[in-house]
Amino acid sequence: MSLQKMNWTVHFSKMSAGAIAPLLASVAIVCIPLGCHKQLQNVESPAGTGGQIHAYTGDMEKDDGQWVRATKDYANTRYSSLDQINTGNASGLKLAWTFDTGVPRGQEAAPIVVNNTMYVVAPWPNKLFALDLTKPGAPLKWSYDPNPSPAAKGEACCDWVNRGAVYADGKIIYNTLDGFTIALDANSGKLLWRTHLADITKGETITMAPMVVRDKVFVGDSGGEYGVRGWLAALSTKDGKVVWQAYSTGPDKEVLIGSKFKPYYAKDKGTDLGVKTWPPDAWRIGGGTVWGFLSYDPASNLIYYGTANPGPWNPEVRPGDNKWTSGVFARDADTGEAVWFYQMSPHDLYDWDGINENILLDLPIQGSTRKVLVRADRNGFMYVIDRNTGQVLSATPYVYSTTTTGVDLQTGDLKRDLSKAPKTGQEIRNICPTAPGAKDWQPSSFSPRTGLLYVPHENMCADEEAEEANYIQGTPYVGVTDRFYAGPGGNEGELMAWDPINGKKVWTITDKYPLWSGTLATAGDLVFYGTMEGWFRAANARTGQTVWQFKTGSGIIGQPVTYRGPDGKQYVAILSGIGGWPGAIVSGDLDTRDSNAAAGWGGALPDLKSVTTPGGTLYVFALP
Amino acid sequence: MNTIKSTAIVLCICAVTACKREHRVFDPGSSGSQIANGIPLNEVHAGGPLSVPDHGPYEQSAYAVGEGKRLFSAFNCVGCHNHGGGGIGPALMDAKWIYGSHPEQIYSSIVQGRPNGMPSFAGKIPDYQVWELVAYVRSLSGQLPADVAPGRSDEIQVKKAEQAKKKEHPPDESPQPIQKGQP
Repeated sequence: MSLQKMNWTVHFSKMSAGAIAPLLASVAIVCIPLGCHKQLQNVESPAGTGGQIHAYTGDMEKDDGQWVRATKDYANTRYSSLDQINTGNASGLKLAWTFDTGVPRGQEAAPIVVNNTMYVVAPWPNKLFALDLTKPGAPLKWSYDPNPSPAAKGEACCDWVNRGAVYADGKIIYNTLDGFTIALDANSGKLLWRTHLADITKGETITMAPMVVRDKVFVGDSGGEYGVRGWLAALSTKDGKVVWQAYSTGPDKEVLIGSKFKPYYAKDKGTDLGVKTWPPDAWRIGGGTVWGFLSYDPASNLIYYGTANPGPWNPEVRPGDNKWTSGVFARDADTGEAVWFYQMSPHDLYDWDGINENILLDLPIQGSTRKVLVRADRNGFMYVIDRNTGQVLSATPYVYSTTTTGVDLQTGDLKRDLSKAPKTGQEIRNICPTAPGAKDWQPSSFSPRTGLLYVPHENMCADEEAEEANYIQGTPYVGVTDRFYAGPGGNEGELMAWDPINGKKVWTITDKYPLWSGTLATAGDLVFYGTMEGWFRAANARTGQTVWQFKTGSGIIGQPVTYRGPDGKQYVAILSGIGGWPGAIVSGDLDTRDSNAAAGWGGALPDLKSVTTPGGTLYVFALP
Repeated sequence: MNTIKSTAIVLCICAVTACKREHRVFDPGSSGSQIANGIPLNEVHAGGPLSVPDHGPYEQSAYAVGEGKRLFSAFNCVGCHNHGGGGIGPALMDAKWIYGSHPEQIYSSIVQGRPNGMPSFAGKIPDYQVWELVAYVRSLSGQLPADVAPGRSDEIQVKKAEQAKKKEHPPDESPQPIQKGQP
């Protein structure tokens, strides 16, 4: 608490020293063309930091103006080629219609748009709504109630969230918190199949947005704070039968590691490392859940996804690298066989899940075009990895860090400052980045017009003490008490435009609160994102200047999308509803007099309940 | 002869079961003696208040409350409720109580579990330790005297000590004190 206050003091003294003049200048720049809207006074000065804008030369997936999966395309760019709304006219954006999900909890879902219908998944009890975009006000076509177990709410670490559905072959497929994957007829809402995958009595839930490649839908579990064992399953889209299931820990046979497995680094080669890098049997309750987004490269027929933190958080009870947690798997999309693996955070010390999105790009690197995946990892490094081999080409820090000093590109090792390693019964201070990391689940976007990634993330530090962790099935398995606070600068959140070729920022927008919403990039050179206070904003993709903003009814932690409506107009949609891990302070009515509330957020967000209230409303915008 | 005997036996069995079928219990005993009546979940009781068992020994013993604090971590209560501020489960340091603030109600929540996420610890925690947990849980919102509530923690400081916690006034408290607002 006292440290946090200190940081704020530092922040304001710095402001008075150097930041006021450019801040005023930028406010003036923004105000002149827009007639100085009162609400734009909060816009912060973007700071150029050396990166460059250069148009992307690689191929992009064809855009049909719809939004059939959470990530928009298989490459996870979240880029739309629609440009009807652009930097020149976005200031005129108006609310077109709204829809209330009826659930005032964290809204993390991406609305799915296909065949003039929008599909919205609400947090538990996970109703799915189909809205008819051909009629004024988009009335409800049908809804589906999966009637999930209420007990699931006690097994979900971070609010009752769901990250959205996926459309494929006339089916809409999604997951429920109590562990089911459900396929519905996209036209009628009729149940086609329903498969039970995750067992809540063991602490397993499902929150992720599934992805479909041809006739298979990929689903992974959540529950890394409950001593579960992570997996990714491939189900037949025809009948919901599990075709294969690849665990993130345990013997090679169950991890689907076989003759195809060719990891780039020597430390990942060997037999049954998912058993040998753990104390006896600890892999059975070792985490490595799969709750992030998947990517797919049709050229190599590989899927890419990250595995979450090992359990428990207290690292002292699980000596070893704890494979295959906190890393990236490349797998054959048909058979599930592992092709390579890279571990960003071996023997994770801080709850650094490796689930963040992998954006597939073809980038010019040292004179040749490399097929890479780019990921802003929770550990604070922006990785550029050869997506065919798993070789790390670069790993560049993008936040302030006291815990790591770099990544050894020869061995792939994360270089740590072990004086910041958690110890049982001892308080370790100023751990940066902290448990939610430099960036949590909130997905980035990429614009081929600027060649920049738009990365929403955090700027947080923590004090923590490791404690004895007891495994009791169905209850949390953590063993850490911590308290978070803002990192240097005093802002807890940041949206940065990142040049992935030069490994530098081009501009940043800071926010008082963690930026927990995803971003959307469009051909109108706009980047849409939301804040925990409830602002939905469009920033100029080249400069970071706020072009337009709208205050929604609750904090935003969702995924903005855009689509072409049946009337030919471009629409932008976002769910507003505070929640998720930090936002549970509001949606769960927590008491921030305990700095450890929401596993550490209490002290960092003491006033969040006074700036926003729970909600669950979809907002859709268009030009008049 | 045998046929007659067996027919008689069958008839007798039928008669007996038929009798049970028609049997009515007119005096099952007083409702207060029915264990199934269990513990009320709110403060309104039909026909006036129930007499409640005395859990004083736990709430008056600093040792018992201290043990409750240790068990609160050991049984992973901390994982959901953190150190009273809540997270996955509700906050326990405020005046809000979904299933009641009285010791026997908290006891029931721990042992039975609750439909919206609280796991049942039936058969997992010895009875006296459940009562120690109950006493500690009540200290989080200042329900215990300061000389009984814990004054220090084993973990890093994330809040004021329970001993220094101002008493919260749950809505099911009886009698309701007159509260003064801030001038």
